[in-house]
Amino acid sequence: MRRLWSAFGAGALALAALAGCNGAGDDETNGAEGESAGELVRFNPDPYPSTYQPVPSGVTLIRGANVYDGIGGFFENADILIENGRISAVGEGLTAPEGAEIVEAQGRYVTPGVVDIHSHLGVYASPSVNAHSDGNEVTAPVTAEVWAEHGVWPQDPGFDTALAAGVTTLHILPGSANLFGGRGVTLRNVPARSVQAMKFPGAPYTLKMACGENPKRVYGSQGRAPGSRMGNMAGYREAWQRAVEYRAAWNRYWDEGDASATPPTRNLELDTLMGVLDGEILIQMHCYRADEMALVLDMAEEFDYHVSVFHHAVEAYKIPDLLAEAGTCAAVWADWGGFKMEAYDSIIENLPITHALGACAMIHSDSDLGIQRLNHEVAKALGDGRRMGLDISDAEAVAWFTSAPARGLGIFEETGSIETGKRADIVIWSAHPFSSYSLADHVYIDGALMYDRADPERRTVRDFMLGQPGQEAR
Amino acid sequence: MTRFSMRSLCAVLAPLALAAALPVSAAAQTIAVTNGRVVTNGEAGVITNGTVLIRDGVIAEVGAQVRIPSGARVIDAQGGWITPGLFHPQTELGLVEVSAEAGARDNAASDSPFTASMDVADAFNPAGNHIASARVKGVTRFAVHPAVGSAIIAGRGALADSTGAPDSLFADRQFMLVDLSVSGARTAGGARSAAWAFLRAAIEDARFYPGRFMAHPEGDAISRFDAEAMVDVARGTMPLMMRMDRASDIVRAIQFAERYPALRLIIVGGAEAHLMADEIAAAGIPVILDPMRNLPESFDTLAASNRAAATLHEAGVQLAYTTLGSDLYWNARLLRQHAGIAVAHGARWDDAFRAVTLTPAEIYNVADRFGSLEPGRIADVVVWDGDPLEVMSAPTAVLIDGEVTSLETRQTRLRDRYAVIRREGEHGYAH
Repeated sequence: MRRLWSAFGAGALALAALAGCNGAGDDETNGAEGESAGELVRFNPDPYPSTYQPVPSGVTLIRGANVYDGIGGFFENADILIENGRISAVGEGLTAPEGAEIVEAQGRYVTPGVVDIHSHLGVYASPSVNAHSDGNEVTAPVTAEVWAEHGVWPQDPGFDTALAAGVTTLHILPGSANLFGGRGVTLRNVPARSVQAMKFPGAPYTLKMACGENPKRVYGSQGRAPGSRMGNMAGYREAWQRAVEYRAAWNRYWDEGDASATPPTRNLELDTLMGVLDGEILIQMHCYRADEMALVLDMAEEFDYHVSVFHHAVEAYKIPDLLAEAGTCAAVWADWGGFKMEAYDSIIENLPITHALGACAMIHSDSDLGIQRLNHEVAKALGDGRRMGLDISDAEAVAWFTSAPARGLGIFEETGSIETGKRADIVIWSAHPFSSYSLADHVYIDGALMYDRADPERRTVRDFMLGQPGQEAR
Repeated sequence: MTRFSMRSLCAVLAPLALAAALPVSAAAQTIAVTNGRVVTNGEAGVITNGTVLIRDGVIAEVGAQVRIPSGARVIDAQGGWITPGLFHPQTELGLVEVSAEAGARDNAASDSPFTASMDVADAFNPAGNHIASARVKGVTRFAVHPAVGSAIIAGRGALADSTGAPDSLFADRQFMLVDLSVSGARTAGGARSAAWAFLRAAIEDARFYPGRFMAHPEGDAISRFDAEAMVDVARGTMPLMMRMDRASDIVRAIQFAERYPALRLIIVGGAEAHLMADEIAAAGIPVILDPMRNLPESFDTLAASNRAAATLHEAGVQLAYTTLGSDLYWNARLLRQHAGIAVAHGARWDDAFRAVTLTPAEIYNVADRFGSLEPGRIADVVVWDGDPLEVMSAPTAVLIDGEVTSLETRQTRLRDRYAVIRREGEHGYAH
């Protein structure tokens, strides 16, 4: 059953992009039998469509670089040709088409644009005044009906500093106060007046869920459920059961194809959960402890959905086999911990151990400062992983801040690696990206040079920063 | 249990076991740390391939041609780096184990009638696990700061080493912390003017202690007991550590220093200090800054910049680095990563390295013992497998007071327990 969200699957990005342009809801190809199908009530799955337009760019040839392709490859003295915003060729000794801008990158390092799968930029914008607290709808434990994109302030100066650090794509999540926190949104890191103009065309929607201490603390302290981890699980299951029934009611209505029948009552919260059950919305779940992740994986089987990525997952290293078996990834910090009990068993080797023992793992920031050095965060984890004896190459580890998060967001067909046909999201680093001293020198998004460390004019400045003190010194 | 591809876990663990098995007291021992790039922070500068000779916990000789006495224990740096231990100037190590749990943190007194008289030495727990985590990443000495609770004057801080030994807090009552930032303004009653009024009144209470309190236990701002603790600040024998970021606050601090010339001030925070770099240098006020903070996180830090450290160094400000942007307990160990950020953004490596070793020792007036590798200094020596400011480097040996310390922590124990796949039905622990 893929009716409601049929044009919006993770594997059908090009189609989805088209649907985004036309507005959806007109996809009747797999509608119910009978001529009355067109009159059946259907919902628009994309009512706030992406209006993103790449910044116009010419032809660019990056020449002679040390290239990490983001999927495990490393190529010395490689050229990358960018045409029409896409990578059109990768190899040695490429010929520059006439009029191409040549970027001499001899000795410098190139990676795909950094992808952060866990950011709250825009929903917890700088400055972090009360008015900018838009990331948690802390009024009820189940708020699958809220959407992060409705809280994103495109003028958050944190987008600019993230761009200066090579971040070309980022996933904005609601916070973790709620069992179901709402939908996340994947953004291009470009300046824009509206969030729609930042939305990654065709990126699947996501749903933020949260385990453990946060929901039970927030609501338990108000004397309401959940007040315990038992209550957390009961809260999820109750909601999933309602979603199962809601989905059955709509499918029955669509299958029967009787336009004169009264349709079920629409429920925005259950729309989102139904999208998960249909496999169209990806679960991104905040969960620290191994035992809780194990319970959630059983719950996913109970209600027949898939957990795409556990976020934070500080104990992923205890259950790599369970994660691998479920096909669920872990998005982790290098070394945060200790701020609450469920973060107490954090170890720096979490990422390399989880990876080496066969599960899919990646770095994430959850921080407006951390997003500015995801390459260094990976380097710390890699360094200590090697010190314990794990044999992981630099090229493998580059995937942790590029292709792995892109896969976790369902956008790997479009970005996260340096391969022909991909969007030209590229960073040229001043030194090896795992060196403390490396900075992003050039950042390309869809082939356009969006940031140039050597050119003060070639960088983005959010509205908020205009006229503020000390800007000439930054 | 399935073993996966590892070069050899045993090979990694063996030296650790050896280190753990060392005799506890090495005080009477002679140790030669040799065959590495020695950063002395002293007149000898950097020695490309040198030796540090330690006798009875104190550095005896440093140089390229040091003769290693027979019978000395030799620690081979294998071409790595040999440096003074890192000195973290602002931590809550030993105060916070789990910050969200009231029963596992002792940093902030949010409901106390006391102010200046509070003393972190009463709360410091040398057995806190994060001290070892900081130690294995090269931090050998650190300042213990109170966090701000119910009053802007948060009490007195201390200095400790990272051995975790019962006597590792080696100097208490070393500085007084006062919050004059935006949060201090809130604590004091809602405006900066209230915070400064409170501070001035507290200083006056201390200046006229005990006379003012003969008839009544309350001063203008603080009680008799707190005023007694504040006397050292008023006399200038104990530095007053001012938490502030905004440039205008720093200007007020400089003016305050002129009004009370006896006082010794230190600025901690300092996100906009680089806008007043020359004035701060002229006033001789040290600054403890986090080079990582570059966001307008509040209206106090609109000018925050990764380049602040380089600017302040250039102006000649006495500048140490901290990890405020990470945290002050669990990730106090990231001090060197924060220093690396300063270098990436224009600070000289030597200045940045001093800012996490010798300069903090100078600020706390203990540079005659810590922060450099020179004869007569306490032997806090770290051997690194590479440039200490590189995120991929790590210590291979950490000596404190001339004793080799363990590189094992609660986290390495967890790591080793789960370095193998546990199949369903298998518990995590080995017998």
